[in-house]
Amino acid sequence: MAATNQTTGTTAPVSGLREFWYYFSVNRGAVIGLTVFTILVFVAIFAPLIAPHLPDVQYRDALLKPPIWDANGDPRFILGTDPVGRDILSRLIHGARYSLFIGFFVVVGALIVGVFLGVLAGYFRGWVDALIMRIMDVILAFPPLLLALVLVAILGPGLFNAMIAIALVLQPHFARLVRAAVMAEKNREYVTAAKLSGAGHFRLMMITILPNCLGPLIVQATLSFSNAILEAAALGFLGMGAQPPTPEWGTMLATAREFILKAPWVVTFPGLAILITVLAINLIGDGLRDALDPKLKRS
Amino acid sequence: MKLMKALMAATAMVALAAGAAQAKQLVYCSEASPAHFDPGPVTGGNDFDASAHTIFERLVEFAPGSTEVIPALAESWEISEDGKEYTFHLRPGVKFHTQPYFTPTRDLNADDVIFSFERQWKDDNPWHNYLEGMTWDYFQGMDMPKYLSSIEKVDDLTVKITLTEPNAPMLANLAMQFASIVSKEYADQLEASGDLAAFSTQPIGTGPFQFVDYQLDTVIRYSAFPDYWDGKQPIDDLIFAITTDASVRAQRLLAGECDIMPYPAPADLEALKADENLTVQEQEGLNIGYISYNTTEAPFDNPEVRKALTMAIDKAAIIEAVYQGAGQDAKNLIPPTMWSYDDAIPADVYDPEKAKEMLEAAGVTNLTTDLWAIPVSRPYNPNGQRVAELIQADWAKVGVTANIVTYEWTEYRERGKQADRKGPFMIGWTGDNGDPDNFFATLFSCSAIGVSNYSSWCNDDFEAAISAAKTTSDQAERTELYTKAQEIFKAEEPAITLAHSRVFMPMKKTVLNYVMSPLGSHSFKGVDVQE
Amino acid sequence: MLNYVLRRIALLVPTIIGISICAFAFVRVLPGDPILAMAGQHGVTPERYEILREQFGYNLPIWQQYFDYLWSVMQGDFGISLATKRPVINEFMALFPATMELAFVALLFSVIIGIPAGIFAAIKRGSWFDQVTMGVALTGYSMPIFWWGLLLIIFFSGYLGWTPVSGRIALTFFLRPITGFMLIDTLLYGNWPAFVSALRHLILPAIVLGTIPLAVIARQTRSAMLEVLGEDYVRTARAKGMSPNRVINVHALRNALIPVVTTIGLQVGLLLGGAILTETIFTWPGIGKWMIDSISKRDYVVVQSGLLIIALIVMAVNLIVDLLYALINPRIRVQ
Repeated sequence: MAATNQTTGTTAPVSGLREFWYYFSVNRGAVIGLTVFTILVFVAIFAPLIAPHLPDVQYRDALLKPPIWDANGDPRFILGTDPVGRDILSRLIHGARYSLFIGFFVVVGALIVGVFLGVLAGYFRGWVDALIMRIMDVILAFPPLLLALVLVAILGPGLFNAMIAIALVLQPHFARLVRAAVMAEKNREYVTAAKLSGAGHFRLMMITILPNCLGPLIVQATLSFSNAILEAAALGFLGMGAQPPTPEWGTMLATAREFILKAPWVVTFPGLAILITVLAINLIGDGLRDALDPKLKRS
Repeated sequence: MKLMKALMAATAMVALAAGAAQAKQLVYCSEASPAHFDPGPVTGGNDFDASAHTIFERLVEFAPGSTEVIPALAESWEISEDGKEYTFHLRPGVKFHTQPYFTPTRDLNADDVIFSFERQWKDDNPWHNYLEGMTWDYFQGMDMPKYLSSIEKVDDLTVKITLTEPNAPMLANLAMQFASIVSKEYADQLEASGDLAAFSTQPIGTGPFQFVDYQLDTVIRYSAFPDYWDGKQPIDDLIFAITTDASVRAQRLLAGECDIMPYPAPADLEALKADENLTVQEQEGLNIGYISYNTTEAPFDNPEVRKALTMAIDKAAIIEAVYQGAGQDAKNLIPPTMWSYDDAIPADVYDPEKAKEMLEAAGVTNLTTDLWAIPVSRPYNPNGQRVAELIQADWAKVGVTANIVTYEWTEYRERGKQADRKGPFMIGWTGDNGDPDNFFATLFSCSAIGVSNYSSWCNDDFEAAISAAKTTSDQAERTELYTKAQEIFKAEEPAITLAHSRVFMPMKKTVLNYVMSPLGSHSFKGVDVQE
Repeated sequence: MLNYVLRRIALLVPTIIGISICAFAFVRVLPGDPILAMAGQHGVTPERYEILREQFGYNLPIWQQYFDYLWSVMQGDFGISLATKRPVINEFMALFPATMELAFVALLFSVIIGIPAGIFAAIKRGSWFDQVTMGVALTGYSMPIFWWGLLLIIFFSGYLGWTPVSGRIALTFFLRPITGFMLIDTLLYGNWPAFVSALRHLILPAIVLGTIPLAVIARQTRSAMLEVLGEDYVRTARAKGMSPNRVINVHALRNALIPVVTTIGLQVGLLLGGAILTETIFTWPGIGKWMIDSISKRDYVVVQSGLLIIALIVMAVNLIVDLLYALINPRIRVQ
């Protein structure tokens, strides 16, 4: 509805960024997502200042304390404690660092590798293209979680290895996207013009072609960000991600799983934290897509 | 055509199900799928439960609830003066199971006994390698090839086993699951048809229950063997519902989906005990969780340092946080239920102040070491990582920095065996046959260095005591020798004896006559269900 | 069309070879030793170790091991499981129906709810129904399903006691598998209580596994529908005074469903991945749990052949979806 009104406003040229922000901010969900995400980033950065306790200090007099609203709660621990007496709230706060860190580095890793391979394939075509795309097909033929699981089993369980595995599993999506965009743009006039004026291959690709497929790339990156967090948590849950006592949310869930009946809160809160984070990022992703994708804007 | 056949079978099955409504049924939520049903080559407790304690039996057995050896397929036996000749008199009239795939024509005899051992022992036996890449793990592990000289048939119901040297634990070894007696006649039938692998999937034994069906990773069904020599079992159907996750098992028991389950998660015990329809049996486990110092590595080559580090550990806290009440402080290597346990040994004390002084006296300051944490949950140590975290915090208080290291389980053990391994190594042991030799010699003899002596500890006095105890059959004399061994062990502290875990067995109150085995096996012989 | 089919299949050959190399290579570089993993707490002697290595062919040069493997796979021999000594393909066939049944019911659940929800959301664009549906869908899409499963178990099995905790059917029913699909088998046996029991066991796992596909399908249906509703021919139909229902049924729906079908096809790989988590939580005896267990047991042969078979299935499904798409949409074929 807001979009239909906008079609009349094309007479006044607005800067790209402002136009983008306009479309983004009319999406209420996206704004909420962005707000939550900003808070999360803030919490992650200032975790040591915000957290009431250190994440790995064991209060041996307070094992498995329920949250404070429970009659048996301990006023020191707002969300209760885990089996070795660590404050769950503090661990969740520090865990935000891991989740955002995972999301960020996986996306950057997948983006770099994916863009590089995609550009190579799309620009040079021929056997380079065939080789790269067949490798991507192979990666995509395995269910992503299964492949990540096997890769982590090979590299050894751990946060860093889990991140490598997830980045590897996610990058074909970037490669395919970039390849298609490069192929579409390669023969446009402006590229030919740049070529004639003597621009090198590398310059051509990086400066001329890439910015033109930035929109879909950003959307894909947001999607991958939330996917990475979910997959890392799933790996942690299966015991193959971050290793205890790291306060990574999925790992916290896995080590707490045996307490599902006795102390449901040790299972509930880490899962809720994952859900909220992923949901916030996906809301932003939706907003970005609506704002960046001109085709959807029209309807 | 195939569908028609299936439908015919289906109608039969429905009729069977209708008839089975009155049958007495016991559902056991077991912890893992068995590899297969031949008790000789398998190694897991769950494998043994599914075959050795249902379908098969041995010459001698451990009495229910103890490690005492009692007659089973052998009615009686004699051991020669020199301790080298064992003569077994078989029980007459023992029947093998009758199945759609095999109908026995004769009762159990000496040929079956000889075949049961020779297939594991002799390389040239056609059954020695009947499955691809199989190993006779326990037969080898209990050193049977070293001790066996011959197995002879005296007559149809008499078998004579001759040893190369006296070996006190031998009778207990023969009560172990790997020594199960299988049918030679069935083996011959399969050999003739060429389908040797069926021996492990369609088992024939003499035991109280016979095999009915196995759905991979789901359910195993047995029925009571009507011609069992000790009388038909009180229950008609025995069902193993395979449920790998401990908390799911507990939930299934609470929901009434099964009658009895092994290995509850410590966290679930409270809820299980609180339920009015359930009882929880418990018992000391025949196991030990310990941490081996590398006694060849400085500064752990100094017994004073080892004792100081042990003293710096708050074992009570570990037992509470990790074993959660399902464990007991271990002051000796062997558990208290085992004969020859030396109760006079004082328990380890927790005294960080004194530990610090002792370390300083030994000239150890600013020590940084690796600390190896078991990567998987074991009966003797439910959570190695958590133990390591607690010890790390304790040691930090006496100025020792511990870096926790861990590897994949097989690699972990391989690396742990290396003589130049750095840092204390967490490990444990579950008793095989209830003999102290199975702990002392297996874990800390000089010859076990590089195999299962993770401390690389070779003490002459200790070695002399345990070797003498092995060749003596007089139990009083052996007890004395093992007491001495325990004193030496404590004075030298080659390892931190952490805890013996307690074993729990939650079940419905309607389950009658279940007796827990100290050896950790689960047998349903004689168990009844109240209606 | 035939030409297109052949071309698509030919394109798959290098991918299949790549998959087989990956499956083979992954297993070779897994840390841990398969022979030691088979042994119990007593271990194996060094001599025996060598004999076993030779028996399994682990002493041969790596390329020879690969070609031996490829050759036997082409003859339908996927090897013998190290742990159970049974042929891997037999184990797979015994467990695959359980996964298929779960995945199929999950997909059915997500299609039956997802497509109507997406359509109504699109028609009533901006209404509270649209907003709530899309909010729920995005939440479902963001759900860590392993946690979701645990919550459902706590609530429905633990607290309310409505659904069974795990397994495929109550143990009182002893039905030898005919098709391996519990719902079909119980009906073939004509055993109504057994069918009900199987259905009750299936509900929670199917909901958990179906959550993400449901969200994806609902969102995809909505946007496809919106796009179609904005097309000229729909506008024309509407302008000509066609009733809104008829517009939606005759014109919009059919065209909107094409991309949705593709989306459904693409869920298969995700479903198989999600099955790993769902089967672990509900101890569902399927291939997801089988793979996880085999990785932790270092059952080389199962991991290797399991990966290969699963990848081949995903590929086959994707191929079928592509071909269906080409059949509906002839423009694709010429590209």
